[in-house]
Amino acid sequence: MESLTNTMHAVPLNHYILLSTIIFAIGVMGVLIRRNAIVIFMSVELMLNSVNLLLTAFSVYRGDATGQVFVFFIMALAAAEVAVGLAIIVMIYRNTNSIDINVLNRLKW
Amino acid sequence: MSTFYFIAFLSIFFSILVISAKNPVHSILYLILTFFTFTIHYILLNAQFLAIVNFIVYMGAILVLFLYTLMLINLNKESEPVKPFMVKIAGVFGGGILAVAVASSLKLMGASNPVLLQNPDLGLVKNLGKVLFNEFLLPFEISSVLLLSAMVGAVLLATKEKEPKAA
Repeated sequence: MESLTNTMHAVPLNHYILLSTIIFAIGVMGVLIRRNAIVIFMSVELMLNSVNLLLTAFSVYRGDATGQVFVFFIMALAAAEVAVGLAIIVMIYRNTNSIDINVLNRLKW
Repeated sequence: MSTFYFIAFLSIFFSILVISAKNPVHSILYLILTFFTFTIHYILLNAQFLAIVNFIVYMGAILVLFLYTLMLINLNKESEPVKPFMVKIAGVFGGGILAVAVASSLKLMGASNPVLLQNPDLGLVKNLGKVLFNEFLLPFEISSVLLLSAMVGAVLLATKEKEPKAA
């Protein structure tokens, strides 16, 4: 494990920010271009994970363990969010026989 | 060092496949691979606790939940909706603008210092547990209430009503 972390010592912080930005943007694109509610949910998970990675990178950069504790809380939050969200999707499917988000436009008014 | 760039390339590649796969089951399988690359990122940062938690919670629990829901819903081929082409272009353009904006502002900041691990046992369970149960004890307890309420809410939402409404 020591040799593994020693090989990492030259990656600039900017590259971590760039990686997280790209994956976050891919998540945003997924929310915008898909109509399947489950795939949209997975894109949201992708965005949460990119933020988790960035928090961990900053935590290691600053030598402060608080960032990693925050990642732990975000994971707990994501688990709760997924449970409630998937229950809502199952309920929508039961009522409308589809998980196309466009059938939900009656919620507008 | 080159390990990071290889794994980063794999992360981006698989996450693009997640949003572009036609079949939702394939999307979920690519998402599992994406989360696995994230686990490798955590290991490279020596955040061993987060790597294990990511492995167990995300790849174990959350994605199994996704797969179960997908199988419960029983999607057919004809039920996969497709957005119009212009909307797709607009969505990709919007996401790309976001990435370009952050990347260009990053370029203005100039070169950054490398991510160095000053304290080798920063991400170990012992160290994180000390921080978690000293400074963040109250949020930790509150998150248990959050998980309980999420569990109750999920069961409440997903159970069928006993008597049909229109009977």
